[in-house]
Amino acid sequence: MKRILSAAAAALTLLSATAACGDTGDDKGKGGDKGSRTLTVFAAASLTETFTALGKDFEKSHPGVKVRFSFGGSSTLAQQITQGAPADVFAAASPATMKTVSEAGDAAGSPQVFVRNRLVIAVPKDDPAKVHGLSDLARKGVKVVLCADEVPCGAAARTALAAAHVDVKPVSKEQDVKAVLTKVRLGEADAGLVYRTDAGAAAGQVTGIDFPEAAKAINDYPITELAHAPQAGLAKEFVSLVLSPAGRATLTKAGFEAP
Amino acid sequence: MTRREGDARPARPPWMLVLPGLVGLAFLVLPLLGLLWRAPWSTLGTRLAEPQVLEALRLSLVTATAATALCMFFGVPLAWLLARVRFRGVRVVRALVTVPLVLPPVVGGVALLLALGRRGIVGRWLDDAFGVTLPFTTAGVVLAETFVAMPFLVISVEGALRAADLRYEEAAATLGASRWTVFRRVTLPLVAPGVAAGAVLCWARALGEFGATITFAGNFPGRTQTMPLAVYLALENDPQAAIVLSLVLLAVSVVVLAALRGRWTGTP
Repeated sequence: MKRILSAAAAALTLLSATAACGDTGDDKGKGGDKGSRTLTVFAAASLTETFTALGKDFEKSHPGVKVRFSFGGSSTLAQQITQGAPADVFAAASPATMKTVSEAGDAAGSPQVFVRNRLVIAVPKDDPAKVHGLSDLARKGVKVVLCADEVPCGAAARTALAAAHVDVKPVSKEQDVKAVLTKVRLGEADAGLVYRTDAGAAAGQVTGIDFPEAAKAINDYPITELAHAPQAGLAKEFVSLVLSPAGRATLTKAGFEAP
Repeated sequence: MTRREGDARPARPPWMLVLPGLVGLAFLVLPLLGLLWRAPWSTLGTRLAEPQVLEALRLSLVTATAATALCMFFGVPLAWLLARVRFRGVRVVRALVTVPLVLPPVVGGVALLLALGRRGIVGRWLDDAFGVTLPFTTAGVVLAETFVAMPFLVISVEGALRAADLRYEEAAATLGASRWTVFRRVTLPLVAPGVAAGAVLCWARALGEFGATITFAGNFPGRTQTMPLAVYLALENDPQAAIVLSLVLLAVSVVVLAALRGRWTGTP
């Protein structure tokens, strides 16, 4: 009997804990309590550092508001939004991924481009394969990782390599740009194509090498409030912060370019 | 088989068990129905024949089978050590063996990189001495799958070993058989159903492996892109393709599990 009771107690605790999580989430979502509102922002993986910083600024200027981020591959996030994920703001790494959201009628208003990003070659600090330019990536024995064709950084990498007429045989096509960076950081790959901002964020462990053809594959980053935003008001204010001079300063400092 | 006593009781099962049981069943089956419902049946044939699908399927089957073989080769002896040999720290070892069960597979992948990657503790030496690097290779996929799947086999076999009647082994030993002979001729046949069940679980887990694989072995069609990776990436821009791939994976698992369950484990 005692065992049954304790098992039941454990199950109940678990249930109430999960229920409690659900509850607070809902309350915040509906904004019923002015004191604790949560803004949910879906943003491309390459915005991780800058948006986290902007979120802190936003929380400081909006007492009682918590900003929650979901960073990931833009196309995954777009998929989640069109499937009804409760998000307030969406910032994508390419107009194409934004288009899937706006075409599904999930964007409120028209998305605005807030920054642009270009690719660089990321190599480990000690540069074991002696990579100096794009043509080195085609050399035999150089382990190159790229983003998968399905995500924006992969599409950009393909465009840039085609523009440079360099035929690269990557050892892996990673699911997002941060995964590419990780492989370079750990020294498993000799080189990878990542955004300049990502190379900057890992400056201690990787070196970013600029190459001219990157100009042919510049990514525009659009941002929008979402049509079914639980926190429409806050969403608008967050987008304004990103577009404001202060927001832009944070972004350009990290290596993004103004549109 | 003798009928158990329980079979003789009145037919009506208590609703306090039936109701939650049915809810549980519905919860498990509903997502699968959703998959079937949204499947693009009309274009299924042409989509299945795409070389990338076949390539991913072939790779998945080959790597899962190789991983299962590795798990059996190393896992059965490990289970035997845990069940039959008394040594200090056996509990700690058993806990260590089960760690990959609870570890998020992505973490497992990172750990594998740090150990067996080109700059890992062991991997650095492998690279220097033999010029072997495991990340981004099919062998890397097999290792990642082995890492997450082996605990299933070890636990299952160890359970079977503990349940086996020791008197047969003792009898063989008194008749002069060495410990190795006893293991080979008495123990192994005794626990064969347990080994088979463990192997099936192990294979199924390896087939579905995603996190450790994509982290350790990366993703490249034909070399390291197994079905789960293909599903994940297809979801990025072609959900229909992802559904088709998921259906294939589902069908393969169901068929193999059903076949093996009847033939190997002897359960009806």
